[in-house]
Amino acid sequence: MKCEDVSKELIAYLDRRANSAERMEVEEHLVSCAACRTRAEEFRKVWNVLDEMPVEEPSLGFDARIRQRIADEPRPGWFRWFVPQPRLALSMALLVALCVWVSRLPRDYPTTATIPAPVTEQQQYQVIENLGVLENYDVLSKFDALSELPVPAAPDKSKDDLKRDDTGGM
Amino acid sequence: MARTDVQLMMDVKAGDTASFELLLQKYRTPLVNFLYRMVRDTATAEDLAQEVFLRIYRARKDYFAGAKFTTWLFRIATNLALNSIRDNRHQRMEVSIDAPADEDEAPIQVPTREMRIDEHMIERDRAEFIRRTIQALPEKQRAAVLLHKYEEMDYGEIAKVLECSESALKSLLFRAYETLRIELAPLMAQQPVGNRAGEGRL
Repeated sequence: MKCEDVSKELIAYLDRRANSAERMEVEEHLVSCAACRTRAEEFRKVWNVLDEMPVEEPSLGFDARIRQRIADEPRPGWFRWFVPQPRLALSMALLVALCVWVSRLPRDYPTTATIPAPVTEQQQYQVIENLGVLENYDVLSKFDALSELPVPAAPDKSKDDLKRDDTGGM
Repeated sequence: MARTDVQLMMDVKAGDTASFELLLQKYRTPLVNFLYRMVRDTATAEDLAQEVFLRIYRARKDYFAGAKFTTWLFRIATNLALNSIRDNRHQRMEVSIDAPADEDEAPIQVPTREMRIDEHMIERDRAEFIRRTIQALPEKQRAAVLLHKYEEMDYGEIAKVLECSESALKSLLFRAYETLRIELAPLMAQQPVGNRAGEGRL
């Protein structure tokens, strides 16, 4: 062990807080190194000198002051149940703000509120014209008419089928 | 059977102010001494000690049994002391950079053997010399020495208070004691009459 390595463990060795392995290493070094041995002896003397520092007592009013300050501390009461925690209050406020912001966003799909209601008969006609085929009144009425047609007789149908086979077989 | 600090603090947490009084009585003197040696001023040290106890009381609901009370106590104290030293330093710089240093800031005159300090320096002067030598150490080294020498904390606890590794703490302590060894050499030349037995023990 070198002097630099010993220096780190020397205090722990002297105050008896080093473990047995560290103690042995330091002791082995101290046997062979006079400089570190001298330093170790002087550290012990330093500690004795430091013991000469007198202990200062707190002033007479110290305890009374701290007792008063503690007595002045606000006591927890039943009303504190209704006082929200700051973090909770902030989270709730942010959540409400987010909801308001989302609700005010423009929507992609049209709503009934955005389509103006037809006012005149001409406007109504234009709307009907623009409807899809299945929603067109005329088409629907024609389908009604078709449903009222008489059902063709079965023999006629077989004749037609034969004719179609003769002509379509080419 | 006496209750431990942790038990006392758990009782304080449960609302027992008498237990807080016991902790106050136990730690008021070491805390004031630690802060006095850190900040160099009695009034400031007492104000800071009051603040430490008040913070402990206010944070009683957050205390948990796994935390060592003295580590918590001295961690708050060290942080407050370091902030106070920093603020005080800034304040002094703002007042006047060129102003002459006050008495506390005057360079320490290391007594030489020629001054025959062992014959003429009375106990109070020796204590004052030691106090000023400790206060001349860099703040973190000073805190480490005070916690190690006077509060007799173990390395793990001091490392937690100073927020460093145990290895860094050992280096810090070595540098601090090395400075003290050199600066206090004149006082080590002769121990005062009736000095305590048990040399070399913390």
